[in-house]
Amino acid sequence: MAITLSGDQAISAPPLSSRLTPAQVWGIILLAPYLLVFLAFVVYPVCYGLWLARAPSNYVALYHDPIFARAAVNTLIFLVIGINIKMLIALFLSGFFAQQRTWIKWLSVIFILPWAVPSIPTILSVRFMFNPEWGVINHLIFSFTGEDGPNWLNDPTVALTMAIGVHIWKSLPFWTLILITGRLAIAQDLFEAAEVDGASWWQKFRFITWPSMQTLYITCTLLSMIWTLGDFNSVYLLTGGGPADLTHVLSTLGIRYLRLDQLSLAMASIVCAMPFVLPLVYFMMKRLSR
Amino acid sequence: MKLPSLRDVATEARLLLIGIPVFLWTMIPIYHMFLFAISPKEDAFSGKLWPEHPTLHNFEIVFKQQHYFLRDFYAQFWNSTLIAVAVGVLTLFIATAAAFSISRLRVPGGRMVLNLALFTYFIPAAFLAVPMYRTMGNYGLLNNHWSLILAMVTIASPYAIWVLKQASDKLPVELDEAAVMDGATTLQIFRLVYLPLMMPSLVAIGTYAVLLAWNEYLYAFLLLSNDREITLPVALGNFLAADDSPWELLMTTGFIYALPPAAVYYAFRRYMVGGLTAGAVKS
Repeated sequence: MAITLSGDQAISAPPLSSRLTPAQVWGIILLAPYLLVFLAFVVYPVCYGLWLARAPSNYVALYHDPIFARAAVNTLIFLVIGINIKMLIALFLSGFFAQQRTWIKWLSVIFILPWAVPSIPTILSVRFMFNPEWGVINHLIFSFTGEDGPNWLNDPTVALTMAIGVHIWKSLPFWTLILITGRLAIAQDLFEAAEVDGASWWQKFRFITWPSMQTLYITCTLLSMIWTLGDFNSVYLLTGGGPADLTHVLSTLGIRYLRLDQLSLAMASIVCAMPFVLPLVYFMMKRLSR
Repeated sequence: MKLPSLRDVATEARLLLIGIPVFLWTMIPIYHMFLFAISPKEDAFSGKLWPEHPTLHNFEIVFKQQHYFLRDFYAQFWNSTLIAVAVGVLTLFIATAAAFSISRLRVPGGRMVLNLALFTYFIPAAFLAVPMYRTMGNYGLLNNHWSLILAMVTIASPYAIWVLKQASDKLPVELDEAAVMDGATTLQIFRLVYLPLMMPSLVAIGTYAVLLAWNEYLYAFLLLSNDREITLPVALGNFLAADDSPWELLMTTGFIYALPPAAVYYAFRRYMVGGLTAGAVKS
């Protein structure tokens, strides 16, 4: 200990100009690149954006824009219904993939594919499958029933449901993977003891699995909700916000305003989402930086 | 040979009842893409589940750039590669330096910087895209590869710093102390002690940043527009501009575009699963 101390003192041999040790000076130098990036590409854009969105007239305009109201409702449906369905499936599948079988191990390798490949080609692939004239789905419907299939993406409800489906397809593997690690961390002897006591699968889930995974599950759900707010691809590449701008979510709406050169509206629509986003972010930060 | 009991068969059947739908759900969009890539146009548009005449002709068209939409395929592929690698290298440099500074040197204010980074990580990237677009315009970087590189580094760094900081907290302090006693300077500790020990996490983070940049669509399509400057995903999106898009070529290009990240993912899966899921959600 004494040696370490003298070593420290040797390093911090009193520099006259500053009270920082050389290690701390290096610390600041090494932190500088990130700080520069943060100032130039986070702080400045955010402040500039808020400044652009400062006029109250923007919010009045948004309030009167039916597309904005529709996008807000769509976003809510996407988050509240879509994410909860996704997480419930992920919870269920994590139990399935935790089974010790060779074929399930292989299936889990394949199951990761949607997450491992970029979303653009696969979303476009889905889009063409549901093409009313040329898509394989309507071809199959015609060959089985002799009737033309529906014009899938032309119905806003169906189109939004499919966008949620595409989102689930893409991100289900990731959350399942995380819930599997949570499940594998549960001590196996708990289940063996429950087995001896003759517990049903529901009792095992209710009294062993769920209590151990509850925190992880809720953290994952909240995190997924925050991130899904930024899911631009699932909606934009599948429906483009259409038909008649009825399937926009907040992330695609911002880009729509940007394309129409209404930058202050684009920023205002994002500012409107902040009262919902920031509490979630705050909660997540509290949880993760413990 | 022991015959399986009725109960085992029932369990296996129930598992299959889950497994088969999961397999189909996962594979159908990918198979559909592959099917288009090996189908001549007539077969692709006739809704067949397997082409009558499977062919590699589509790949030939793509690789020889023999279509209007594909005339800059190699330039775009190169752009994607260059940008992904640049983002990987820059993110690694910035994040490793920051994590070392916060975790090992305990620089004053480090905790706050980490919280700011974490905060940025949680803000949806699509929300930052709008102001980012204007900012890049103000900096005069629009249509320049640097705009996309810097934007992606901004998005990738917070998570990278956070994961690397968690990983470096686990290295024993005694290592640094011993090196200091041996007279090592801070930079020598960084280079000779810290970097080698952090290698698995660095591989995971480098892969994460490269894949993030390679897969990015929104920022790429906002920040780059010139045909020879855009990346592959933007070029794929541009196929949709025409009413009679050559979907079989779009899917072929998409298939080629999807192969490298899938290969990288499976090659580094060992690192990814350990390094990333541990950091993604700490229960």
